[in-house]
Amino acid sequence: MPEIKNLSYIQAVNHALRWSLETVPNTVVFGEDVAVPGGPFGATKNLHRDFGVDRVFDLPISETAFLGMALGSAMTGLRPIAEIMYSDFLFVAMDQVVNQIANIRYTSNGKWGAPLVIRTQQGSSPGACAQHSKSIEAYLAHTPGLRVVCPTTPMEAYQAIRTAVVSDDPVFVVESRMLYPQKGEVQLDAELWPMGGARVVRPGADATIVAWSRTMTAALEAGEQLAARGVDAEVVDLRWIAPLDVETVADSVAKTGRLVIAHDAPGTGGFGGELAARVGERCFGRLRAPIARVTGIDAPLPAAPALQDVALPSADRIAGAVLETMSA
Amino acid sequence: MSELEELYRRMLVIRRFEEELAEVKKLGEVPGSIHLCIGQEAIPVGVSALLLPDDYVTATYRGHGWAIERGSDLAGLFGEIMGRASSVAGGRAASPYLSDASVGFIGENSIVGAGVPIALGAALSCDRLGGGRVSVVSIGDGAMNQGNVHEALNMAAVLALPLVVVVENNGYSEMVRIEDMVRVTNLAERGAAYGIPAETVDGNDPVVVARAAAVAIERARTGGGPSIIEARTQRLVGHYSGDAQHYRPAGEVAAAREVEPLVRARAALLEAGRDAAELDAIAAGVDREIQDALAAARLLPLPDPTTVMEHVYA
Repeated sequence: MPEIKNLSYIQAVNHALRWSLETVPNTVVFGEDVAVPGGPFGATKNLHRDFGVDRVFDLPISETAFLGMALGSAMTGLRPIAEIMYSDFLFVAMDQVVNQIANIRYTSNGKWGAPLVIRTQQGSSPGACAQHSKSIEAYLAHTPGLRVVCPTTPMEAYQAIRTAVVSDDPVFVVESRMLYPQKGEVQLDAELWPMGGARVVRPGADATIVAWSRTMTAALEAGEQLAARGVDAEVVDLRWIAPLDVETVADSVAKTGRLVIAHDAPGTGGFGGELAARVGERCFGRLRAPIARVTGIDAPLPAAPALQDVALPSADRIAGAVLETMSA
Repeated sequence: MSELEELYRRMLVIRRFEEELAEVKKLGEVPGSIHLCIGQEAIPVGVSALLLPDDYVTATYRGHGWAIERGSDLAGLFGEIMGRASSVAGGRAASPYLSDASVGFIGENSIVGAGVPIALGAALSCDRLGGGRVSVVSIGDGAMNQGNVHEALNMAAVLALPLVVVVENNGYSEMVRIEDMVRVTNLAERGAAYGIPAETVDGNDPVVVARAAAVAIERARTGGGPSIIEARTQRLVGHYSGDAQHYRPAGEVAAAREVEPLVRARAALLEAGRDAAELDAIAAGVDREIQDALAAARLLPLPDPTTVMEHVYA
């Protein structure tokens, strides 16, 4: 009998970390407020109690130092899992990410490696200021050497972390704070999933919607709205930003002839632009309408909910974009 | 061979390697810039004398001496810096960013101070995986003003990790005087702010450096946590190859040449009864070693362009 539990996203994260500490030798978990407090969102609840201070420990508010520590310890035998509390805080430590962690395997000609995991969570929420609301995947995608995953369901989160922990590459697991309370079935004894791969969540024939992270919720809701209007949209969860599974998206677009890409991050320089280019290269002859993007505004994110409502992609806006591609 | 004689020979290896490198650079065989540690050799030599093969060393872009002391292959180092398919890093790193996992050399770093958090990670492994190993990191005086160093020093103290931080104070934060960039007389005074034992020593005497390193390394190996050693020295050459050093007062370098580590070590050896011919023979032996390594490096092929995408990922 498979061991299936109904867990919230954040509980699934906690289970994945527990599995890592139990199963993968030399894993350590560190960050701000992760040990005694159990994590600001509960991701590391009880891990300090059960695995001890040598393996699960709190650190000063020094992201640069502890991401550097993650790298140095990964190079020398540990498998660190570091937590960056809000993805916005990563920027104080970007030297260690971009100039150090991402480089070392290449610049050492493969003699060093950086088998580490950096967990963080991203996205806006009501009242969140512009320093607690960024969606950062494009910044990471622009740096060769990193792996990046944006899980959207409890099972995805559980598997993404486990895949990341056994990988010999540095992996960013970019979780979604808004999705943390959402529940779903998690098979705790499932086989590990391979790294990479998009997933068709809602099959359809008329148009393709690709999203990831929090925006998947709006994309799926848009799919339902469109169905009610007789438009059969296929919704694809991109899941992994790196490695990127263009095939699954291109296969879908080859079928539907229409593509709408939705993400919370600003449109300019956003990952949707890269994806549009890649799909365009492969599917130019099959496209029946220009590729459309529905993204966060090109502005720092406002805190007031009344402003946030128009700052981020909604199901209405995504559905509207699909209908426009239908009339093109 | 006496202790000082061996330290003298090892300093000569670094000196001759870099002097030869400067010549090779003039011949156009080195792409990019190089940062030489000429004048500072007593520090990597004095500290490394106390290190074991399983320990880790992290350095800066002025780190050729540390790589050599770790035991990195001399021909490989020449070849790496010359952009060849070297055993060190296959031509992917060059002079200012080379590393060598085969000898526990975490590597140089061209981002000032960034090696300290990484060395902290190596110290975490030493602590958690056992064996009484230590992580040594060398930085310059200028790096003491970087936030990454501040963060890492505090964290090393908080976690009581086996980290030895060696500050090679050569008086210049790149091209400005360090005394104009800080308001403490000795950088070791900063140690008190972190609760880390710190001392300032004569960085031009490898025996003095080794004595300080012995204390710090023993402290680290026995669970006593991190230490800071500020080693006072002087750069005899520019910040980088081609640096005209117009910012240095007239006569400063000439005066520094009177008290540089090789001059002092040779004088001390002569005073201790060695004769000049013996010391010249040591130098000749080192010279042959360097020439052989350079000749071998020149025979290394250039990196294969078809491999340019290898090792981005595992």
